[in-house]
Amino acid sequence: MNRLLPIKSGPWIWALLSLVLILLFNLVFTHGFFSVEVRDGNLYGSVIDILNRAAPVMLVALGMTLIIATGGVDLSVGAIMAIIGSIAALLVTKQHASLPIILVICLASATVLGLWNGTLVSIFKVQPIVATLILMVSGRGIAQLLTDGQIIQFKDPSLSFVGNGFLFKIPFSITLVLLMLVATTLITRKTAMGLFIESVGDNPTASRYSGIDIRTVQLFVYAFCGFCSGIAGLVATANTSAADANNVGMNLELDAILAVVIGGTKLTGGRFQLIGSLFGALVIQSLTTTILTKGLAIEYTLVVKALTVLAVCLLQSPQFRSRFGFGRRTA
Amino acid sequence: MKKNISLLTTILVFLLMLAGASLKYKGFFSVDVFINLLRDNAFLGVAAVGMTFVILSGGIDLSVGGMIGFTSILVGVLISKHHLHPLIAISIALVIGTMIGSGMGWIISTFELPPFLVTLAGMFLTRGLAVVISADTIMIDNPMYEKVSGVKMALPGIFIATLLVGLFVAHMRPFGRAVYAIGGSEDSAALMGLPVGKTKVMVYAISGFCASLAGVLLTLYMSSGDPNAGKMLELDAIASVVIGGTLLSGGVGNLLGTLFGVLILGLIQTAITFQGDINSWWGKIITGLLVFGFILLQKLLQSRRSSVRTA
Repeated sequence: MNRLLPIKSGPWIWALLSLVLILLFNLVFTHGFFSVEVRDGNLYGSVIDILNRAAPVMLVALGMTLIIATGGVDLSVGAIMAIIGSIAALLVTKQHASLPIILVICLASATVLGLWNGTLVSIFKVQPIVATLILMVSGRGIAQLLTDGQIIQFKDPSLSFVGNGFLFKIPFSITLVLLMLVATTLITRKTAMGLFIESVGDNPTASRYSGIDIRTVQLFVYAFCGFCSGIAGLVATANTSAADANNVGMNLELDAILAVVIGGTKLTGGRFQLIGSLFGALVIQSLTTTILTKGLAIEYTLVVKALTVLAVCLLQSPQFRSRFGFGRRTA
Repeated sequence: MKKNISLLTTILVFLLMLAGASLKYKGFFSVDVFINLLRDNAFLGVAAVGMTFVILSGGIDLSVGGMIGFTSILVGVLISKHHLHPLIAISIALVIGTMIGSGMGWIISTFELPPFLVTLAGMFLTRGLAVVISADTIMIDNPMYEKVSGVKMALPGIFIATLLVGLFVAHMRPFGRAVYAIGGSEDSAALMGLPVGKTKVMVYAISGFCASLAGVLLTLYMSSGDPNAGKMLELDAIASVVIGGTLLSGGVGNLLGTLFGVLILGLIQTAITFQGDINSWWGKIITGLLVFGFILLQKLLQSRRSSVRTA
């Protein structure tokens, strides 16, 4: 594999390759897939649409990558999105709050929710699946309690901009994803945090003996993932200008985890691939879009997704690789 | 004795909730309400029995909700569209469910993949197949079906029977001991010469069977097949196993606890219906709080046990 590709590649290369394959398929078989037109000075088209729709998953996947790198998982991201969406809608309709205040309150609450998960995992030593299951189950209940079970619609141009606006001719949500990617990369690669995260995921015992404060690292990743889910919740809610506690971020935790795994980060922790996770999210979304534009019923997306998960899992399994002659990769 | 503290706590919580609800709501404490409690939660209970085996072995099965939707619509289509005898339709559904379960188990044990991911694929696959078979609910109109769903004790009976068979397998058979041993430590189990791979495949096969049986029960309960049935049911199943005192890390737990976990979840729903004026989403919040409470209790017991050991 490495000999075939002269460039320095990471495990994310598989995600990129599958993305390219899907796009090539569309280049050949879908007429006008790559056509991008300018309307009112902004760009529109299938490709832009894929990027825009994948934005919430990509945002969550960034936080999820760090959690999975520590050997954890966060099932509550969808519930956090629902709660944040409800809070934002209530602030707009009941308090007529301005955008900065909404942003501060929502992102602070999202971080607190993430910290709650982090506290359970790091201080109470609860298994990540169970710890985040609590918020996953009760979080949607809390969101529905906030909105009284109603879908709250709102009209607020400044909040809608977060989900629908255009900046430099591209959707603002894409700009947000890029900003968060840069921020996350800086935090993890320009400070020691990235190294700490990887070593906690690789071997917690060895990390403790070498003096890494595991608790702080875990608290940080869960809080950060909460923060990312908060942004995703704002984007998703602003996009439809309505807070739907029942459906916002439904099953999004699964897509986010899937995106991270497709991107080449192992579920058992250790090295992580931020860019890979974004490619992973794009693979999922472009698959869905392709199925829809090909006129296949939306029902098939789940089956295709299942086969994708299975293929990715098997490709990453050393047993499968050695049995079917892919050879063990020397990392 | 110490081993049974979480089980006793679960039973105590159930009795307290039952007593509280009976004092608060008139007519709550009756045989009818109790039978309905078992009847309304029979499918959850059956799925939770399978889930308990998986969790005891240290794994997790996210596919049970999808499997319920898949078997539900499969049975519905086979009976209503292809006019098969209900017993044949149910057997086909159970066989396919068990096969999908053992397939997942085989992949998990052969390629040493995380159960979380493989059963996630299983969840997408089963739910996807369910909507591919039919995206709409299908009414089941069959004399035998009507007869069975008319019998009040049918669903509770199947639930209790599944539980008894589960208890027998878990505590009286070598297989059950192997499940506990693998959940405690997979490496030690392998060194002891236990058939780790085979046991794992069996565990997911059992869960697949239980989930598809739960789907069949749901068709009896609703008299229809619904591809969207059992959405998020895996969460309720996991929650009842945890409330029942089974450790999610595997190796420790009891099927009886799961029974009371299921009953507690059911009791919350029934109480909310009796109350009438509070929102049903309180149920989710209370469930979350209960899971939280039981995890804290388990942590407390664990830390005490380990401090006793070191003392």
